[in-house]
Amino acid sequence: MGADVKPLRTAAETALIARFQAAANSLPGDSATGRRRTEAFDRFEKTGLPTRRIEEFHYTDLRALLRDAPEPAARPDAAAVATVLARNAAFPAPLAIPSLDFVNGYLVSQPPAIAGVEIVALDAALAAGDALTSRLGALELAQDNPMLALNTAFMAEGAIVRVSKDAGDAGLQLRFANAADAPFSSAPRVLVVVDDGASLDLVETHAGANGLAYQVNAVVEIIAGDGARVNHTRINAEGDAAQAVSTLSVSLGADVRFSSFGLTTGSAMSRHQIFLGCAGEGADITIGGATMLRGRQFADTTLTLDHAVPNCNSRELFKTVLDDESTGVFQGKIIVRQHAQKTDGRMMSAALLLAENATMNNKPELEIFADDVQCAHGATCGQLDDDLLFYLMARGLPRKQAEALMVEAFLGEPLEFVAREDVRDNLVALVEGWLAARG
Amino acid sequence: MLEIRNLVVDIDDKRILNGLNLTVNKGEVAAIMGPNGSGKSTLSYVISGKEDYTVVDGEILLDGENILELDPAERAALGVFLAFQYPLEIPGVGTMTFLKAVMNAQRKARGEAELTTPDLMRRVREAAEKLSINQEMLKRPLNFGFSGGEKKRMEILQMALLEPKLCILDETDSGLDIDALKIVADGVNALRSPDRSFLVITHYQRLLDYIVPDTVHVMANGRIVRTGGKELALELEANGYADYRQQAAE
Repeated sequence: MGADVKPLRTAAETALIARFQAAANSLPGDSATGRRRTEAFDRFEKTGLPTRRIEEFHYTDLRALLRDAPEPAARPDAAAVATVLARNAAFPAPLAIPSLDFVNGYLVSQPPAIAGVEIVALDAALAAGDALTSRLGALELAQDNPMLALNTAFMAEGAIVRVSKDAGDAGLQLRFANAADAPFSSAPRVLVVVDDGASLDLVETHAGANGLAYQVNAVVEIIAGDGARVNHTRINAEGDAAQAVSTLSVSLGADVRFSSFGLTTGSAMSRHQIFLGCAGEGADITIGGATMLRGRQFADTTLTLDHAVPNCNSRELFKTVLDDESTGVFQGKIIVRQHAQKTDGRMMSAALLLAENATMNNKPELEIFADDVQCAHGATCGQLDDDLLFYLMARGLPRKQAEALMVEAFLGEPLEFVAREDVRDNLVALVEGWLAARG
Repeated sequence: MLEIRNLVVDIDDKRILNGLNLTVNKGEVAAIMGPNGSGKSTLSYVISGKEDYTVVDGEILLDGENILELDPAERAALGVFLAFQYPLEIPGVGTMTFLKAVMNAQRKARGEAELTTPDLMRRVREAAEKLSINQEMLKRPLNFGFSGGEKKRMEILQMALLEPKLCILDETDSGLDIDALKIVADGVNALRSPDRSFLVITHYQRLLDYIVPDTVHVMANGRIVRTGGKELALELEANGYADYRQQAAE
């Protein structure tokens, strides 16, 4: 036919393009930052919102899912901040960890004073040309991701955190809360640099009002230096109409102990993408997830782990529980580069379907170019075991209670990845709450 | 205590129990013996309420109440306990957590107050000691990585803690060496009481040397074909089940 094959822009894409053109000059940062924004937006514009034709988005067609691009949230006033924070006071259950609070993507709290930890608001750091801003978006592996590129183009709200060795065993909460009268979008970004030999417990929580169709495209980047230890926990308890895209980008130095655990119960649609690159030998990596879905919820966890250097170990364990007509996606790709000998990588994704109309798409992949490695992956989809259900009921547990115990047992294994007991208690409470709501 | 009248049970359109009649009195220890495939395990599952079976006809009365319409949890709350031939493993659920859940679920169903943790711990510790179950086992997930003997002892521990009216032991001797068998039998014997009945299902007479029954029933082709005293078990040991298989085939 010879006709133009230029893709038609969706309403959301058209709005994003207009918005970038209008805002580009007023976004914080010097000309170098401006160039990065333009490059990032060009990358985004080339693909647009990713469709199922892009392999990594095969099960999650964001072009179809993100039909509109609601206006960016306005900066909430003091009264709105107070209301939202009060509403979220109980979530997560109080932890003895200092926190940074965000409302509708805006940093609204004064950074806590923690010895050995520097915290700067992202817009201020960009405006001042802070040296650390050059480390934003450093992970090559994630470069081509359109949603990360979109966040980079607009980045303004968020924080840059630097943890030095002097901090001892530092802890920080990033508490994101969302509530407004009308749908909005937000794109917060947090960069956490953990110096050589430093140690950090990072707890990231996302909550929001139900019935509000807000969109989040959040990015957290972690750069861990040689010998650092980082335990990251992320909770998605967003509102039931939220659309939440999130990116966790991690670069690890030599001999790092890194763990990340994500629990997802919230949002109508979520996509959590994890990019992890090993830049130094001897890293020990644990990545876990527990996802509980009901109604027509949709949740995607997509992991890309790059063993670019020899002698790193990684364990990945993801569990998904699906009720009603919910849909889960797990994609996990472990890349072992040619010279990354003695890599030990094991990935498992298991799904438990509680209802006939629930769907799970599991796609674990290994790309191995080295010849002296130990790698394995597995994926399962199953239902509750009838024999075990009978065993528990025959001991006197009513059906729902027996099922709940089996679900807790199913999710228990990855929850053990979370070292801090107080953080784990929060996760267990969410699991129990989800089960209790099942009735 | 237990009265089964003309019980007819199918699984996938195949008849397994074929007009079975059985009475077990209060305080009685009744043994059910029979060749493989005679329907012994099916009987234990149907009394406990497993779903895979179709009850075509008959009644199961516990203290005069027909329990066929009740689910397994409701039957358990009425005092039915099945010690499984192959107890299931539950990775991810600690043994103490499990014991607390089942004991309190039954108490709740009976309208009794839930046990406090110290009270529960004390009861479990006392009962565990009698069955040579150490604290280490109680800390592990239920039955996870337990040996065959450990799993059977854990079944008897639960039986002791739940204080059922009717205890059904399904091939409890299978996979046990003689030492483990003695521990399990001692545990069962300690629970014998005028208010508690036992249905001991076994293929071999060996178990009945340690748990001496009041009555012995021979099952073949889905029904009870002979009833006698404990000497009947010895006769079966000497002569085997050949007569009954033949009888069933006729």
